[in-house]
Amino acid sequence: MSKILIRGAKVLGGEPQDVLIDGETIAEVGTGLSAEGAEVVEADGRVLLPGLVDLHTHLREPGREDSETVLTGTRAAASGGYTAVFAMANTFPVADTAGVVEQVYRLGREHGYCDVQPIGAVTVGLEGKKLAELGAMHESAAGVTVFSDDGKCVDDAVIMRRALEYVKAFGGVVAQHAQEPRLTEGAQMNEGVVSAELGLGGWPAVAEESIIARDVLLAEHVGSRVHICHLSTAGSVEIVRWAKSRGIDVTAEVTPHHLLLTDELVRSYNPVYKVNPPLRTERDVLALREALADGTIDIVATDHAPHPHEDKDCEWAAAAMGMVGLETALSVVQQTMVETGLLDWAGVADRMSLKPAEIGRAQGHGRPVSAGEPANLTLVDTAYRGEVDPAGFASRSRNTPYEGRELPGRVTHTWLRGRATLVDGKLA
Amino acid sequence: MQRHLISAADLTRDDAVLILDTAEEMARVADRPIKKLPTLRGRTVVNLFFEDSTRTRISFEAAEKRLSADVINFTAKGSSVSKGESLKDTAQTLEAMGVDAVVIRHGASGAPYRLATSGWIDAAVINAGDGTHQHPTQALLDAFTMRRRLVGRDEGLGQDLSGRRITLVGDILHSRVARSNVDLLHTLGAEVTLVAPPTLVPVGVESWPCEVSYDLDRTLSKSDAVMLLRVQRERMNAAFFPTEREYSRRYGLDGDRMAKMPEHAIVMHPGPMVRGMEITAEVADSERCTAIEQVTNGVSIRMAVLYLLLGGNEPAATHTRTEEK
Ligand SMILES: [Zn+2]
Repeated sequence: MSKILIRGAKVLGGEPQDVLIDGETIAEVGTGLSAEGAEVVEADGRVLLPGLVDLHTHLREPGREDSETVLTGTRAAASGGYTAVFAMANTFPVADTAGVVEQVYRLGREHGYCDVQPIGAVTVGLEGKKLAELGAMHESAAGVTVFSDDGKCVDDAVIMRRALEYVKAFGGVVAQHAQEPRLTEGAQMNEGVVSAELGLGGWPAVAEESIIARDVLLAEHVGSRVHICHLSTAGSVEIVRWAKSRGIDVTAEVTPHHLLLTDELVRSYNPVYKVNPPLRTERDVLALREALADGTIDIVATDHAPHPHEDKDCEWAAAAMGMVGLETALSVVQQTMVETGLLDWAGVADRMSLKPAEIGRAQGHGRPVSAGEPANLTLVDTAYRGEVDPAGFASRSRNTPYEGRELPGRVTHTWLRGRATLVDGKLA
Repeated sequence: MQRHLISAADLTRDDAVLILDTAEEMARVADRPIKKLPTLRGRTVVNLFFEDSTRTRISFEAAEKRLSADVINFTAKGSSVSKGESLKDTAQTLEAMGVDAVVIRHGASGAPYRLATSGWIDAAVINAGDGTHQHPTQALLDAFTMRRRLVGRDEGLGQDLSGRRITLVGDILHSRVARSNVDLLHTLGAEVTLVAPPTLVPVGVESWPCEVSYDLDRTLSKSDAVMLLRVQRERMNAAFFPTEREYSRRYGLDGDRMAKMPEHAIVMHPGPMVRGMEITAEVADSERCTAIEQVTNGVSIRMAVLYLLLGGNEPAATHTRTEEK
């Protein structure tokens, strides 16, 4: 392995420094480092972050390779500055056995664009009835630590309790998609002023909040660790804040789209804005930003949900739910959190790399940018401004809500254990 | 006028009055021995019904035929939401056939809007009811009926419904008729009150330009028109209200309740009426109930809308007189 000298990078947004990569690790961080024997990357005042970690990605393989594969998804991840992604279990077959999770894990390693850490299903077939073999998935080569029925809520309180208790044996965490199923039957969008006007079935905030309230109480009761996926309402923030103040071991994530977009966009009836949980109101958006800034919400996770064109080019009710997000996440966070003064770049590194790696126990990821650490790094041109053009996406799907929207920032380089996966904005 | 009619909210006061006035002209055609105008000769209109509604389809079809349009009826019941591509596919097939207008009825809210704005099709789109969203021609025919009864057939020309107090009773939550009527009646200057049990009022209703009440008896004496909205029996099983009898006691219109209305006030129903639950036979058959007139007026309104969207810029009246010569 060769040496790479990243010259003049603002490490975590600080003063420009040089970072020397030797093989798979960071050899030195300082000023005026020698370039001898090293390939030089002129960072030119760009921001250097630890490689981003996404705790919530849908890679669709196995089963829906027309939407995304481990290869196309990890290429999208590298383009977005990610060095590790956690792949959700709602594939076909469902990732509820050691066999499936090992397959996904291996594909990630073989392709080499981004580490793929599979998430195991909590229940067999995501059906919410019978616990999947959580221990076997943990002991497999994939070393699963995060379990989720995402896409569906573990709504049975007893199953949820058992899952929370069971994963304590190996330090696992249950990531809950909080959606009370009865309260969201026929739900098409956030329930409120806009749904009333459009005549679309409402997805009320309380359907999310009631499950979160229940689950933090269950986690407290059994002394376990629970993670809340894609939290989307101001009320959910209040519950998590209360739970943390009480010492309950809860963590929470917010998606980039819930930090930026509101349900007003649904007035277009354009299914590109159809997502679960749905886009909420301006008030929710502002509460989520505040909560991410003050640490009530621990991390940003993309909920990258690729769908083929035909699943979105139809009437709203028939359309699939979800948006792609890996390639635009950092830009949205820059716009909503950094340029608003809510978070500095060290804060972004914390919310998009350190904390997600910690919650998911991703070995070698989310580490400080310092000598001796694995060279998982992301270089960001924060001065860049440009319109999002999905034609250039590495993801197999193009269902982005940002097409034609100007977003700041662009990832120019990504290194996975010292190997460049993205160079000058192009996949290596 | 816009090129499409998707929502009653898209109509300005002047658009709406123009449609009502044009419908009066169209109504005169119906009184003649030959009930036909040559206006849309050579134009093709498709009635694209993804959801069953014989009443609405026949009303549009009668309007289209009276305007001499070529009519294609296309029923695609049940195929839409289960297979999302069918709306787009169907639209493009119709486009390839050179259709001038599409009258669409669809179970999914927003389907006509998608059809009009997605670039799938060039034809004019007329919403004949989409999900729980809008049914603008129904609101127009209701307003037409109110204007005739409350203002007068000839006196009404050029007039709106300023100061009239209209009460809508029933399942507001699932009603495209309620949404369309609130929008249009507000545009026409009327004061609207919605009456329903709280379970059948949408969350978010506070942004609508109307009052909301849970008490029918208190609104009757200040209503110029009381419009009953259909309550489907299956709502009862979904716990929207305890029993049919209880609904009927609190929100049904019987003779005693009708007696509390001002003498000039009318009772309206978009049909079909569920006698016994929403309305007693005594009220339904009374001379104050406009249900049958509404059906007749529906044809005139739909002729007016088709004429104005497709027929060109001349006022309909000129055409009518030319015909009469
Ligand atoms: Zn989810």
